[in-house]
Amino acid sequence: MRDFISEKARIIPHSGIRKFFDLCMGMQDVISLGVGEPDFSTPWNICEASIYSIEQGVTSYTSNRGYPPLRQALAADLARRYNVSYSPESEIIVTTGVSEAADIAIRAVVDPGDEVIVQDPAYVSYAPCITLTGGKPVPLPCREKDHFKVTPDALEEQITGKTKAVLLNFPSNPTGGVMTRDDYRAIADILVDHDLLLISDEVYSELTYEGTHCSPASLPELRDRTITLNGFSKAYAMTGWRIGYLCAPPEISDAALKIHQYVMLCAPVMGQIAAYAALRQGEQDKNEMVREYRLRRNLFVEGLNRIGLRCHMPQGAFYAFPSVEVTGLTDEEFAERLLKEQKVAVVPGSAFGESGRGHIRCSYATSRENLSTAVERMGTFVSDLI
Amino acid sequence: MDGKDLLILHLLEENSRIPIEELATMVELPVKEAERRIRALEEARIIRKYAAVIDWEKAGNEEVTSIIALKVSPERDFGYDRIAERIARFREVKAVRLVSGRYDLILLVRGRTMQDVARFVSEHIATMDQIRETTTQFAMKTYKENGIPYDEREASERLPYSF
Ligand SMILES: Cc1ncc(COP(=O)(O)O)c(C=O)c1O
Repeated sequence: MRDFISEKARIIPHSGIRKFFDLCMGMQDVISLGVGEPDFSTPWNICEASIYSIEQGVTSYTSNRGYPPLRQALAADLARRYNVSYSPESEIIVTTGVSEAADIAIRAVVDPGDEVIVQDPAYVSYAPCITLTGGKPVPLPCREKDHFKVTPDALEEQITGKTKAVLLNFPSNPTGGVMTRDDYRAIADILVDHDLLLISDEVYSELTYEGTHCSPASLPELRDRTITLNGFSKAYAMTGWRIGYLCAPPEISDAALKIHQYVMLCAPVMGQIAAYAALRQGEQDKNEMVREYRLRRNLFVEGLNRIGLRCHMPQGAFYAFPSVEVTGLTDEEFAERLLKEQKVAVVPGSAFGESGRGHIRCSYATSRENLSTAVERMGTFVSDLI
Repeated sequence: MDGKDLLILHLLEENSRIPIEELATMVELPVKEAERRIRALEEARIIRKYAAVIDWEKAGNEEVTSIIALKVSPERDFGYDRIAERIARFREVKAVRLVSGRYDLILLVRGRTMQDVARFVSEHIATMDQIRETTTQFAMKTYKENGIPYDEREASERLPYSF
Protein backbone atom coordinates (compact mmCIF):
# COMPACT_ATOMS: atom_id res chain seq x y z
CA MET A 1 0.00 0.00 0.00
CA ARG A 2 1.09 3.56 -0.56
CA ASP A 3 2.00 5.80 2.33
CA PHE A 4 -1.10 7.93 2.50
CA ILE A 5 0.16 10.51 4.96
CA SER A 6 0.47 14.01 3.55
CA GLU A 7 3.73 15.87 3.60
CA LYS A 8 2.34 18.51 5.93
CA ALA A 9 0.91 16.02 8.38
CA ARG A 10 4.27 14.31 8.34
CA ILE A 11 6.31 17.38 9.21
CA ILE A 12 4.26 18.73 12.07
CA PRO A 13 5.70 17.26 15.27
CA HIS A 14 3.98 15.14 17.88
CA SER A 15 3.23 17.07 21.01
CA GLY A 16 6.05 17.20 23.53
CA ILE A 17 3.97 15.70 26.33
CA ARG A 18 3.16 12.38 24.75
CA LYS A 19 6.10 10.72 26.38
CA PHE A 20 4.99 11.98 29.79
CA PHE A 21 1.49 10.69 29.26
CA ASP A 22 2.94 7.25 28.75
CA LEU A 23 5.15 7.51 31.81
CA CYS A 24 2.25 8.67 33.91
CA MET A 25 -0.04 5.85 32.89
CA GLY A 26 -0.54 3.38 35.65
CA MET A 27 1.23 5.46 38.29
CA GLN A 28 -0.68 5.97 41.52
CA ASP A 29 -0.81 9.07 43.69
CA VAL A 30 0.59 11.46 41.10
CA ILE A 31 0.03 15.16 41.74
CA SER A 32 -0.43 16.74 38.38
CA LEU A 33 0.73 20.28 37.76
CA GLY A 34 0.73 19.44 34.08
CA VAL A 35 -2.81 20.47 33.35
CA GLY A 36 -3.70 23.49 31.26
CA GLU A 37 -7.29 23.77 32.40
CA PRO A 38 -9.18 24.93 35.47
CA ASP A 39 -9.81 22.38 38.19
CA PHE A 40 -13.22 23.91 38.88
CA SER A 41 -16.38 22.56 37.32
CA THR A 42 -18.34 25.02 35.22
CA PRO A 43 -20.46 27.19 37.56
CA TRP A 44 -23.81 25.57 37.97
CA ASN A 45 -25.94 28.48 36.77
CA ILE A 46 -24.14 28.25 33.43
CA CYS A 47 -24.70 24.48 33.20
CA GLU A 48 -28.31 24.92 34.21
CA ALA A 49 -28.97 27.42 31.41
CA SER A 50 -27.63 24.97 28.87
CA ILE A 51 -29.54 22.03 30.32
CA TYR A 52 -32.75 24.04 30.22
CA SER A 53 -32.22 24.93 26.58
CA ILE A 54 -31.63 21.30 25.71
CA GLU A 55 -34.90 20.44 27.44
CA GLN A 56 -36.56 23.10 25.29
CA GLY A 57 -35.25 21.33 22.20
CA VAL A 58 -32.57 23.87 21.28
CA THR A 59 -30.29 21.39 19.56
CA SER A 60 -29.77 22.65 16.04
CA TYR A 61 -27.20 24.60 14.06
CA THR A 62 -26.89 28.31 14.75
CA SER A 63 -25.99 30.95 12.21
CA ASN A 64 -22.43 30.43 10.98
CA ARG A 65 -21.19 33.47 12.84
CA GLY A 66 -22.79 32.26 16.03
CA TYR A 67 -25.92 32.66 18.14
CA PRO A 68 -26.83 36.34 17.68
CA PRO A 69 -27.59 37.17 21.33
CA LEU A 70 -24.19 35.76 22.27
CA ARG A 71 -22.45 37.94 19.70
CA GLN A 72 -24.35 41.00 20.94
CA ALA A 73 -23.39 40.22 24.52
CA LEU A 74 -19.78 39.65 23.51
CA ALA A 75 -19.58 43.00 21.78
CA ALA A 76 -20.94 44.73 24.87
CA ASP A 77 -18.63 42.78 27.16
CA LEU A 78 -15.51 43.55 25.12
CA ALA A 79 -16.37 47.22 25.03
CA ARG A 80 -16.99 47.39 28.76
CA ARG A 81 -14.02 45.31 29.86
CA TYR A 82 -11.28 46.16 27.40
CA ASN A 83 -12.51 49.23 25.66
CA VAL A 84 -12.48 47.63 22.22
CA SER A 85 -15.43 47.93 19.90
CA TYR A 86 -16.37 45.19 17.48
CA SER A 87 -19.52 44.84 15.44
CA PRO A 88 -21.47 41.68 16.32
CA GLU A 89 -22.78 41.56 12.74
CA SER A 90 -19.60 41.93 10.75
CA GLU A 91 -16.58 41.47 12.99
CA ILE A 92 -17.21 38.75 15.58
CA ILE A 93 -17.28 35.00 14.86
CA VAL A 94 -18.08 32.45 17.55
CA THR A 95 -15.74 29.48 17.18
CA THR A 96 -15.16 26.01 18.56
CA GLY A 97 -12.72 27.17 21.18
CA VAL A 98 -9.79 29.51 20.72
CA SER A 99 -8.15 26.50 19.09
CA GLU A 100 -10.35 26.89 16.03
CA ALA A 101 -10.20 30.68 16.19
CA ALA A 102 -6.39 30.58 16.02
CA ASP A 103 -6.49 28.12 13.15
CA ILE A 104 -8.92 30.06 10.98
CA ALA A 105 -7.20 33.36 11.80
CA ILE A 106 -3.91 31.93 10.56
CA ARG A 107 -5.47 30.32 7.50
CA ALA A 108 -7.27 33.53 6.63
CA VAL A 109 -4.06 35.53 6.39
CA VAL A 110 -1.02 33.30 5.85
CA ASP A 111 0.14 32.30 2.38
CA PRO A 112 2.87 29.76 1.60
CA GLY A 113 6.22 31.41 2.20
CA ASP A 114 4.87 34.03 4.62
CA GLU A 115 6.67 34.30 7.91
CA VAL A 116 4.75 34.62 11.14
CA ILE A 117 6.64 35.72 14.21
CA VAL A 118 5.49 33.73 17.22
CA GLN A 119 6.27 34.48 20.84
CA ASP A 120 8.55 31.81 22.31
CA PRO A 121 7.88 29.97 24.58
CA ALA A 122 4.22 29.73 23.60
CA TYR A 123 1.16 27.57 23.41
CA VAL A 124 1.96 24.64 21.18
CA SER A 125 -0.68 24.83 18.47
CA TYR A 126 0.41 28.05 16.78
CA ALA A 127 3.51 26.81 14.97
CA PRO A 128 1.87 23.66 13.51
CA CYS A 129 -1.14 25.68 12.34
CA ILE A 130 1.22 28.06 10.55
CA THR A 131 3.16 25.16 9.05
CA LEU A 132 -0.06 23.59 7.78
CA THR A 133 -0.78 26.69 5.70
CA GLY A 134 2.71 26.59 4.20
CA GLY A 135 3.83 29.57 6.26
CA LYS A 136 6.92 29.67 8.40
CA PRO A 137 6.79 30.20 12.15
CA VAL A 138 9.64 32.39 13.41
CA PRO A 139 10.27 32.24 17.15
CA LEU A 140 10.41 35.49 19.09
CA PRO A 141 12.32 34.89 22.34
CA CYS A 142 10.67 36.26 25.47
CA ARG A 143 13.10 36.07 28.36
CA GLU A 144 12.79 35.87 32.08
CA LYS A 145 14.94 38.99 32.51
CA ASP A 146 12.29 40.91 30.54
CA HIS A 147 9.50 39.35 32.61
CA PHE A 148 8.70 37.21 29.57
CA LYS A 149 7.42 40.25 27.66
CA VAL A 150 7.98 41.07 24.01
CA THR A 151 10.58 43.81 23.74
CA PRO A 152 10.86 46.12 20.72
CA ASP A 153 14.46 45.04 20.09
CA ALA A 154 13.70 41.35 20.11
CA LEU A 155 10.75 41.89 17.79
CA GLU A 156 12.67 44.03 15.35
CA GLU A 157 15.38 41.41 15.15
CA GLN A 158 13.01 38.78 13.75
CA ILE A 159 11.40 40.89 11.06
CA THR A 160 12.31 40.18 7.43
CA GLY A 161 10.82 41.14 4.11
CA LYS A 162 8.61 38.07 4.32
CA THR A 163 7.11 38.75 7.73
CA LYS A 164 3.35 39.07 7.53
CA ALA A 165 2.07 38.73 11.06
CA VAL A 166 3.03 38.52 14.72
CA LEU A 167 1.24 36.08 16.99
CA LEU A 168 1.17 36.87 20.68
CA ASN A 169 -0.51 35.39 23.72
CA PHE A 170 -0.73 37.47 26.89
CA PRO A 171 -1.29 36.61 29.68
CA SER A 172 1.02 33.88 28.53
CA ASN A 173 0.80 30.13 28.60
CA PRO A 174 3.38 28.91 29.75
CA THR A 175 5.12 31.86 31.44
CA GLY A 176 2.33 33.80 33.14
CA GLY A 177 3.84 36.98 31.70
CA VAL A 178 1.60 39.89 30.73
CA MET A 179 1.87 42.97 28.51
CA THR A 180 0.66 46.34 29.75
CA ARG A 181 -0.64 49.13 27.60
CA ASP A 182 2.81 50.72 27.65
CA ASP A 183 4.42 47.45 26.59
CA TYR A 184 2.10 47.30 23.57
CA ARG A 185 2.71 50.97 22.80
CA ALA A 186 6.41 50.21 22.64
CA ILE A 187 5.92 47.69 19.84
CA ALA A 188 2.96 49.32 18.05
CA ASP A 189 5.12 51.56 15.86
CA ILE A 190 7.16 48.61 14.69
CA LEU A 191 4.00 46.77 13.64
CA VAL A 192 2.75 49.83 11.82
CA ASP A 193 6.08 50.69 10.18
CA HIS A 194 6.51 47.19 8.82
CA ASP A 195 2.81 46.91 7.99
CA LEU A 196 2.33 43.74 10.04
CA LEU A 197 -0.79 42.09 11.34
CA LEU A 198 -1.10 41.21 15.04
CA ILE A 199 -2.86 38.02 16.07
CA SER A 200 -3.55 38.27 19.79
CA ASP A 201 -4.68 35.22 21.76
CA GLU A 202 -6.16 36.59 24.97
CA VAL A 203 -7.80 33.47 26.34
CA TYR A 204 -6.35 34.20 29.80
CA SER A 205 -7.35 37.88 29.79
CA GLU A 206 -9.66 37.57 32.77
CA LEU A 207 -6.96 35.83 34.78
CA THR A 208 -4.92 38.98 35.30
CA TYR A 209 -3.90 39.52 38.88
CA GLU A 210 -2.26 42.91 39.01
CA GLY A 211 -3.83 45.79 37.16
CA THR A 212 -6.19 45.15 34.27
CA HIS A 213 -5.74 43.29 31.04
CA CYS A 214 -4.81 45.34 27.99
CA SER A 215 -6.30 44.21 24.72
CA PRO A 216 -3.96 45.50 22.01
CA ALA A 217 -6.90 46.25 19.70
CA SER A 218 -7.78 49.02 22.15
CA LEU A 219 -4.78 50.96 20.82
CA PRO A 220 -6.20 53.01 17.92
CA GLU A 221 -3.14 52.45 15.73
CA LEU A 222 -3.51 48.67 16.16
CA ARG A 223 -7.30 48.37 15.98
CA ASP A 224 -7.47 47.58 12.26
CA ARG A 225 -4.38 45.42 12.09
CA THR A 226 -5.28 43.12 14.96
CA ILE A 227 -7.16 39.84 15.15
CA THR A 228 -8.36 39.35 18.72
CA LEU A 229 -8.93 35.78 19.90
CA ASN A 230 -10.57 34.93 23.17
CA GLY A 231 -12.85 32.37 24.71
CA PHE A 232 -14.63 30.91 27.68
CA SER A 233 -12.44 27.92 28.52
CA LYS A 234 -10.23 29.44 31.17
CA ALA A 235 -12.09 32.34 32.77
CA TYR A 236 -15.35 30.46 33.27
CA ALA A 237 -13.93 26.95 33.68
CA MET A 238 -15.61 25.88 30.43
CA THR A 239 -12.95 23.92 28.57
CA GLY A 240 -15.27 21.09 27.57
CA TRP A 241 -17.91 23.37 26.08
CA ARG A 242 -15.58 24.41 23.26
CA ILE A 243 -16.47 28.07 22.82
CA GLY A 244 -14.13 30.81 21.68
CA TYR A 245 -14.39 33.77 19.37
CA LEU A 246 -12.50 35.73 16.81
CA CYS A 247 -12.79 39.48 16.32
CA ALA A 248 -11.30 41.23 13.34
CA PRO A 249 -12.03 44.02 10.87
CA PRO A 250 -14.77 43.01 8.39
CA GLU A 251 -12.52 41.90 5.49
CA ILE A 252 -10.45 39.58 7.65
CA SER A 253 -13.49 38.41 9.56
CA ASP A 254 -15.20 37.58 6.25
CA ALA A 255 -12.24 35.54 5.08
CA ALA A 256 -12.12 33.66 8.37
CA LEU A 257 -15.87 33.12 8.25
CA LYS A 258 -15.59 31.33 4.91
CA ILE A 259 -13.14 28.87 6.41
CA HIS A 260 -15.20 28.49 9.56
CA GLN A 261 -18.31 27.85 7.49
CA TYR A 262 -16.70 25.05 5.52
CA VAL A 263 -14.79 23.31 8.29
CA MET A 264 -16.97 23.84 11.34
CA LEU A 265 -20.31 25.17 10.11
CA CYS A 266 -20.94 26.61 13.55
CA ALA A 267 -19.85 26.21 17.16
CA PRO A 268 -21.97 23.80 19.23
CA VAL A 269 -25.25 25.43 20.24
CA MET A 270 -25.18 23.99 23.78
CA GLY A 271 -21.85 25.65 24.37
CA GLN A 272 -23.04 28.91 22.85
CA ILE A 273 -26.07 28.99 25.13
CA ALA A 274 -23.80 28.28 28.09
CA ALA A 275 -21.41 31.02 27.02
CA TYR A 276 -24.29 33.46 26.76
CA ALA A 277 -25.30 32.52 30.30
CA ALA A 278 -21.69 32.96 31.43
CA LEU A 279 -21.67 36.54 30.20
CA ARG A 280 -24.94 37.34 31.91
CA GLN A 281 -24.58 35.44 35.17
CA GLY A 282 -21.04 34.20 35.46
CA GLU A 283 -19.27 37.28 36.77
CA GLN A 284 -19.31 36.44 40.44
CA ASP A 285 -18.29 32.82 39.99
CA LYS A 286 -15.50 33.97 37.73
CA ASN A 287 -14.30 36.53 40.24
CA GLU A 288 -14.22 33.93 42.96
CA MET A 289 -12.16 31.57 40.81
CA VAL A 290 -9.76 34.38 39.92
CA ARG A 291 -9.39 35.20 43.60
CA GLU A 292 -8.61 31.58 44.34
CA TYR A 293 -6.00 31.34 41.55
CA ARG A 294 -4.27 34.38 42.93
CA LEU A 295 -4.12 32.89 46.43
CA ARG A 296 -2.70 29.69 45.01
CA ARG A 297 -0.20 31.57 42.91
CA ASN A 298 1.12 33.40 45.97
CA LEU A 299 1.32 30.21 47.97
CA PHE A 300 2.96 28.18 45.23
CA VAL A 301 5.47 30.70 43.91
CA GLU A 302 6.62 31.48 47.45
CA GLY A 303 7.08 27.73 47.94
CA LEU A 304 9.11 27.33 44.75
CA ASN A 305 11.46 30.15 45.66
CA ARG A 306 11.78 28.79 49.20
CA ILE A 307 12.96 25.39 47.98
CA GLY A 308 15.49 27.05 45.69
CA LEU A 309 13.72 27.08 42.33
CA ARG A 310 13.86 30.69 41.20
CA CYS A 311 10.46 31.72 39.95
CA HIS A 312 9.31 34.96 38.40
CA MET A 313 5.98 36.08 39.87
CA PRO A 314 3.45 35.35 37.12
CA GLN A 315 1.01 38.23 36.60
CA GLY A 316 -1.61 36.27 34.74
CA ALA A 317 -2.94 32.86 33.59
CA PHE A 318 -2.43 29.96 36.02
CA TYR A 319 1.11 28.88 35.34
CA ALA A 320 4.37 29.29 37.21
CA PHE A 321 7.48 28.96 35.09
CA PRO A 322 10.46 28.43 37.41
CA SER A 323 14.02 27.95 36.27
CA VAL A 324 15.56 24.56 37.05
CA GLU A 325 19.08 25.57 36.09
CA VAL A 326 20.42 25.36 39.67
CA THR A 327 19.74 21.63 39.69
CA GLY A 328 22.15 21.00 36.83
CA LEU A 329 19.42 19.06 35.03
CA THR A 330 17.82 19.93 31.73
CA ASP A 331 14.14 20.74 31.94
CA GLU A 332 13.28 17.39 30.37
CA GLU A 333 15.44 15.43 32.78
CA PHE A 334 14.00 17.39 35.65
CA ALA A 335 10.40 16.74 34.59
CA GLU A 336 11.01 13.07 33.97
CA ARG A 337 12.89 12.39 37.19
CA LEU A 338 10.48 14.47 39.27
CA LEU A 339 7.63 12.36 37.95
CA LYS A 340 9.39 9.07 38.52
CA GLU A 341 10.95 9.86 41.88
CA GLN A 342 8.43 12.16 43.54
CA LYS A 343 5.29 11.68 41.47
CA VAL A 344 4.78 15.29 40.56
CA ALA A 345 3.86 15.92 36.95
CA VAL A 346 5.11 19.12 35.30
CA VAL A 347 5.78 20.01 31.67
CA PRO A 348 9.33 20.81 30.48
CA GLY A 349 9.59 24.38 29.22
CA SER A 350 11.23 23.29 25.99
CA ALA A 351 7.92 21.69 24.95
CA PHE A 352 6.79 25.30 24.41
CA GLY A 353 9.79 26.36 22.34
CA GLU A 354 13.55 26.81 22.50
CA SER A 355 13.34 29.80 24.82
CA GLY A 356 11.47 27.69 27.35
CA ARG A 357 14.52 25.52 27.86
CA GLY A 358 15.76 25.41 31.44
CA HIS A 359 12.29 26.07 32.84
CA ILE A 360 9.34 23.91 33.78
CA ARG A 361 5.69 24.81 33.50
CA CYS A 362 3.68 24.16 36.65
CA SER A 363 -0.04 24.76 36.51
CA TYR A 364 -1.49 25.99 39.78
CA ALA A 365 -5.02 25.18 38.68
CA THR A 366 -5.22 22.56 41.38
CA SER A 367 -6.15 22.61 45.06
CA ARG A 368 -4.00 24.43 47.61
CA GLU A 369 -3.57 21.14 49.37
CA ASN A 370 -2.13 19.57 46.21
CA LEU A 371 0.11 22.57 45.71
CA SER A 372 1.52 22.33 49.23
CA THR A 373 2.20 18.63 48.83
CA ALA A 374 3.76 19.24 45.42
CA VAL A 375 6.09 21.88 46.85
CA GLU A 376 7.10 19.48 49.61
CA ARG A 377 7.87 16.72 47.14
CA MET A 378 9.71 19.06 44.80
CA GLY A 379 11.71 20.32 47.77
CA THR A 380 12.79 16.79 48.61
CA PHE A 381 13.74 16.21 45.00
CA VAL A 382 15.65 19.45 44.62
CA SER A 383 17.50 19.25 47.94
CA ASP A 384 19.49 16.27 46.68
CA LEU A 385 20.61 18.25 43.66
CA ILE A 386 21.58 21.67 44.99
CA MET B 1 -11.88 47.05 56.54
CA ASP B 2 -10.21 46.76 53.17
CA GLY B 3 -9.87 44.08 50.50
CA LYS B 4 -7.15 42.26 52.43
CA ASP B 5 -9.31 42.10 55.56
CA LEU B 6 -12.13 40.64 53.52
CA LEU B 7 -9.79 38.10 52.00
CA ILE B 8 -8.52 37.13 55.46
CA LEU B 9 -12.11 36.66 56.61
CA HIS B 10 -12.92 34.46 53.62
CA LEU B 11 -9.87 32.32 54.25
CA LEU B 12 -10.63 31.93 57.95
CA GLU B 13 -14.27 31.16 57.32
CA GLU B 14 -13.19 28.40 55.00
CA ASN B 15 -10.53 27.04 57.34
CA SER B 16 -9.97 28.73 60.66
CA ARG B 17 -6.96 26.52 61.35
CA ILE B 18 -4.94 27.66 58.37
CA PRO B 19 -1.28 28.27 59.35
CA ILE B 20 -0.60 31.98 59.70
CA GLU B 21 2.46 31.88 57.41
CA GLU B 22 0.36 30.36 54.66
CA LEU B 23 -2.40 32.88 55.12
CA ALA B 24 0.04 35.79 55.13
CA THR B 25 1.70 34.58 51.93
CA MET B 26 -1.61 34.18 50.19
CA VAL B 27 -2.90 37.62 51.09
CA GLU B 28 0.50 39.19 50.30
CA LEU B 29 1.23 40.57 53.78
CA PRO B 30 4.04 40.09 56.29
CA VAL B 31 3.12 37.59 59.02
CA LYS B 32 3.16 40.29 61.73
CA GLU B 33 0.73 42.42 59.77
CA ALA B 34 -1.60 39.50 59.11
CA GLU B 35 -1.60 38.67 62.83
CA ARG B 36 -2.32 42.26 63.72
CA ARG B 37 -5.28 42.36 61.34
CA ILE B 38 -6.73 39.12 62.67
CA ARG B 39 -6.44 40.42 66.23
CA ALA B 40 -8.21 43.61 65.20
CA LEU B 41 -10.99 41.62 63.54
CA GLU B 42 -11.38 39.55 66.68
CA GLU B 43 -11.46 42.60 68.89
CA ALA B 44 -14.05 44.24 66.69
CA ARG B 45 -16.09 41.04 67.11
CA ILE B 46 -16.25 40.66 63.34
CA ILE B 47 -14.72 37.27 63.94
CA ARG B 48 -17.18 35.94 66.49
CA LYS B 49 -15.55 32.59 67.18
CA TYR B 50 -13.71 29.68 65.59
CA ALA B 51 -15.87 26.60 65.24
CA ALA B 52 -16.12 23.30 63.38
CA VAL B 53 -18.70 22.32 60.77
CA ILE B 54 -20.03 18.97 61.86
CA ASP B 55 -22.10 16.44 60.00
CA TRP B 56 -24.21 15.39 62.95
CA GLU B 57 -26.14 12.82 60.95
CA LYS B 58 -22.91 11.05 60.16
CA ALA B 59 -21.83 11.33 63.78
CA GLY B 60 -24.85 9.18 64.60
CA ASN B 61 -26.43 11.91 66.61
CA GLU B 62 -30.15 11.35 66.68
CA GLU B 63 -30.94 14.98 67.34
CA VAL B 64 -33.63 16.48 65.19
CA THR B 65 -33.54 19.87 63.56
CA SER B 66 -36.64 21.86 62.87
CA ILE B 67 -37.41 25.10 61.15
CA ILE B 68 -40.14 27.00 62.93
CA ALA B 69 -41.94 29.92 61.39
CA LEU B 70 -43.76 32.38 63.64
CA LYS B 71 -46.28 35.13 63.06
CA VAL B 72 -45.67 37.73 65.68
CA SER B 73 -47.49 40.87 66.81
CA PRO B 74 -44.85 43.55 67.11
CA GLU B 75 -44.78 45.59 70.31
CA ARG B 76 -45.09 49.32 70.56
CA ASP B 77 -41.61 50.88 70.96
CA PHE B 78 -39.81 47.59 70.51
CA GLY B 79 -41.07 46.13 67.26
CA TYR B 80 -39.87 42.55 67.02
CA ASP B 81 -36.64 43.04 68.96
CA ARG B 82 -37.76 42.19 72.47
CA ILE B 83 -39.63 39.03 71.57
CA ALA B 84 -36.85 37.88 69.25
CA GLU B 85 -34.25 38.39 71.92
CA ARG B 86 -36.39 36.51 74.43
CA ILE B 87 -36.73 33.59 72.08
CA ALA B 88 -33.01 33.63 71.31
CA ARG B 89 -32.20 32.95 74.96
CA PHE B 90 -33.45 29.37 74.84
CA ARG B 91 -30.65 26.86 74.53
CA GLU B 92 -32.76 24.82 72.11
CA VAL B 93 -32.95 27.74 69.67
CA LYS B 94 -29.88 27.75 67.42
CA ALA B 95 -30.80 30.61 65.11
CA VAL B 96 -33.39 33.39 64.98
CA ARG B 97 -34.06 35.58 61.98
CA LEU B 98 -36.57 38.30 61.24
CA VAL B 99 -37.79 37.76 57.69
CA SER B 100 -40.05 39.32 55.11
CA GLY B 101 -43.08 37.50 53.73
CA ARG B 102 -45.86 35.49 55.29
CA TYR B 103 -44.05 34.90 58.56
CA ASP B 104 -42.06 37.20 60.78
CA LEU B 105 -39.52 35.10 62.61
CA ILE B 106 -37.80 31.93 61.48
CA LEU B 107 -36.16 29.79 64.15
CA LEU B 108 -33.84 26.86 63.94
CA VAL B 109 -34.51 24.56 66.85
CA ARG B 110 -32.64 21.40 67.81
CA GLY B 111 -33.89 18.75 70.17
CA ARG B 112 -33.39 15.12 71.09
CA THR B 113 -36.63 13.91 69.53
CA MET B 114 -39.53 15.29 67.55
CA GLN B 115 -41.66 15.11 70.70
CA ASP B 116 -39.14 17.19 72.60
CA VAL B 117 -39.13 19.86 69.94
CA ALA B 118 -42.92 19.83 69.62
CA ARG B 119 -43.27 20.12 73.39
CA PHE B 120 -40.74 22.93 73.52
CA VAL B 121 -42.63 24.86 70.87
CA SER B 122 -46.05 24.36 72.37
CA GLU B 123 -44.96 25.09 75.91
CA HIS B 124 -42.45 27.88 75.48
CA ILE B 125 -42.96 29.54 72.14
CA ALA B 126 -46.62 29.23 71.21
CA THR B 127 -47.65 30.42 74.65
CA MET B 128 -45.99 33.81 74.37
CA ASP B 129 -48.55 36.61 74.11
CA GLN B 130 -47.21 38.08 70.91
CA ILE B 131 -47.12 34.81 68.96
CA ARG B 132 -50.13 34.54 66.68
CA GLU B 133 -49.23 31.44 64.73
CA THR B 134 -46.53 28.78 64.50
CA THR B 135 -45.64 26.13 61.95
CA THR B 136 -43.03 23.53 62.66
CA GLN B 137 -41.12 21.73 59.91
CA PHE B 138 -38.72 18.94 60.72
CA ALA B 139 -35.59 18.54 58.63
CA MET B 140 -35.37 15.09 57.07
CA LYS B 141 -31.97 15.26 55.46
CA THR B 142 -29.22 17.84 55.02
CA TYR B 143 -27.78 18.31 51.55
CA LYS B 144 -25.68 21.41 52.10
CA GLU B 145 -24.67 23.39 55.17
CA ASN B 146 -22.58 26.56 55.46
CA GLY B 147 -21.89 26.37 51.73
CA ILE B 148 -20.55 22.85 52.02
CA PRO B 149 -22.38 20.13 50.07
CA TYR B 150 -22.66 16.87 51.99
CA ASP B 151 -22.65 14.52 49.04
CA GLU B 152 -19.18 13.29 48.37
CA ARG B 153 -19.22 13.38 44.65
CA GLU B 154 -15.94 12.51 42.99
CA ALA B 155 -14.58 15.37 40.97
CA SER B 156 -14.42 14.39 37.33
CA GLU B 157 -10.98 13.25 36.23
CA ARG B 158 -8.87 15.64 34.25
CA LEU B 159 -6.12 14.49 31.97
CA PRO B 160 -2.77 14.47 33.81
CA TYR B 161 -1.23 16.60 31.08
CA SER B 162 -2.63 19.12 28.67
CA PHE B 163 -1.28 22.21 26.99
C1 LIG C 1 -2.80 30.15 25.01
C2 LIG C 1 -3.92 29.23 24.72
N1 LIG C 1 -4.67 29.42 23.64
C3 LIG C 1 -5.69 28.59 23.34
C4 LIG C 1 -5.99 27.51 24.12
C5 LIG C 1 -7.13 26.62 23.71
O1 LIG C 1 -8.31 27.14 24.21
P1 LIG C 1 -9.73 26.59 23.78
O2 LIG C 1 -10.17 25.65 24.86
O3 LIG C 1 -10.57 27.83 23.77
O4 LIG C 1 -9.62 25.96 22.47
C6 LIG C 1 -5.24 27.26 25.25
C7 LIG C 1 -5.53 26.08 26.11
O5 LIG C 1 -4.71 25.60 26.83
C8 LIG C 1 -4.19 28.14 25.57
O6 LIG C 1 -3.44 27.94 26.65
